[in-house]
Amino acid sequence: MLSKLARWSRIKSPWILHLNSGACNACDIEIVAALTPRFDVERFGILLKATPRHADVIVASGPVTRQMRDRLIRIYEQTPDPKFVIAVGACAMSGCVYRGAYNILGGIDQVIPVDMYVPGCPARPDAIVDGVVKLLGKL
Amino acid sequence: MSFEIPIGPQHPALKEPISLRMTVEGEVITNADIRLGYNHRGIEKVAEEKNWTQNIYLAERICGICSHSHATCYVQGVEKLMELQPPRRGLYIRYLVSELERVHSHLLWLGVAGHEAGFDSFFMYVWRDREIVMDLLEMITGNRVHYAINAIGGVRRDLDAGQKAKVLEGVATLKKRSEYYLNLGGTEPSFVARIAGVGRLSRELAIALCATGPTARASGVARDVRKEDPYAVYDELDFEICTADTCDVLGRVVVRIKELLESYKMIEQMVRNLPAGDIACKAPRKAKPGEVVSRYEAPRGENIHYIRANGTDRPERLKVRAPTLGNYPATVEMLKKGFIADIPLIFAAIDPCICCAERAVALIDARGGETAVVRMSDLRRQAIARHLNAPVKGNAAWPL
Repeated sequence: MLSKLARWSRIKSPWILHLNSGACNACDIEIVAALTPRFDVERFGILLKATPRHADVIVASGPVTRQMRDRLIRIYEQTPDPKFVIAVGACAMSGCVYRGAYNILGGIDQVIPVDMYVPGCPARPDAIVDGVVKLLGKL
Repeated sequence: MSFEIPIGPQHPALKEPISLRMTVEGEVITNADIRLGYNHRGIEKVAEEKNWTQNIYLAERICGICSHSHATCYVQGVEKLMELQPPRRGLYIRYLVSELERVHSHLLWLGVAGHEAGFDSFFMYVWRDREIVMDLLEMITGNRVHYAINAIGGVRRDLDAGQKAKVLEGVATLKKRSEYYLNLGGTEPSFVARIAGVGRLSRELAIALCATGPTARASGVARDVRKEDPYAVYDELDFEICTADTCDVLGRVVVRIKELLESYKMIEQMVRNLPAGDIACKAPRKAKPGEVVSRYEAPRGENIHYIRANGTDRPERLKVRAPTLGNYPATVEMLKKGFIADIPLIFAAIDPCICCAERAVALIDARGGETAVVRMSDLRRQAIARHLNAPVKGNAAWPL
């Protein structure tokens, strides 16, 4: 009964944390655009939260620069369980055009486990919404 | 007695990782320290291993908001190196996209500024209108953010009559919306009072610290590459440099709204006077040895690319100076003597969660350093006294 309630509330109100690990800002403005009237993810109960301690889903973008690596791990550890990670954009998946640069690790999954990938350079807001909704379907 | 408040690198409302260290005395900021490098990816080194064409797409991905600025600045430089003269129709389309990008960037900034001032419905309104220009950009170039319209020697896509009509229609709607924002100050005195007098940067300091773009123009420095050193099509267009002399965040909002209207004017001129002909010329694979500096007025200020060629099909060196970097010294100056609550407004994209910070019953006098327990009524009296002594901003005028 309690687990049913927990599952229901998890699906109905996933709170997200937006995390930029060295992206070019394109995926980030598309994530913000997904929150604004045209796409409006709030109708799914999705809210952008200020701190990892409130979040269920980490929406991460960027190829992970060396300076952000430890901070990414720290933020992942601060997020309470159960937690999910969505890697948004081509560089969060594989490094995109930055692949081979000396200062990047080449993807979020090089550092923390990832549950869902949203491709695109940058991913469109509708693709991001679709990614989040598909992740909820997995729960 | 001073404290240091670290903000970032990962901070709630921060869109990009950056670290700020504020030294505060009481609530007044006495010093600010900006630490950079969290976003360093090593693009300039990667550029040396890609050829001239591949680098257009790399330059585009320096920044997602002003992607076209970097790509155009780079392409301009390479065309100068290769001594190419792109056809006029191609140039018109390229700079049409560049003005549309300025519109999208300024609308984005306006929304964020409204959000930081606590005016969230303004944020939502502006971002709704921003979708109009995003649709236009997607229609012309095929993508919402990284347009990839530039090619060395012109552009990749042409504009047909139906698209031209749609651009004019979209711009007309945006113009109407922007005029609504113009009159907003008259009907929302609390918004004006919140942003007036915050983050002062005098004209002398703006020049001394090399501020660029709307930051400099809001301090009364009429500096705009499009007018001073007109590149490509800008000497044929009729527009004005928008300035404000209030030297604060209010001025920066006003400059951006005025620039939006100037951009609509330019877009209309470019669409109406679009010359016939080819959109691109053929570019050679290699460039002769030489070096070039390319200047471009990005939405945030002057963008400079330095390119050196050594006769091969790839650059020997690509150096980028983005406008934001030029504005950092000025930002530090703006933050000084400000209040903690003004940091988000001044830094616009940063929203420090000071209200969730720890609070103590024992208060420390910032000047004397004494610890004392203060009653709520005393605190209230002090707050009223401070409010009465604060500079009156209730009658700040909306200069539009």
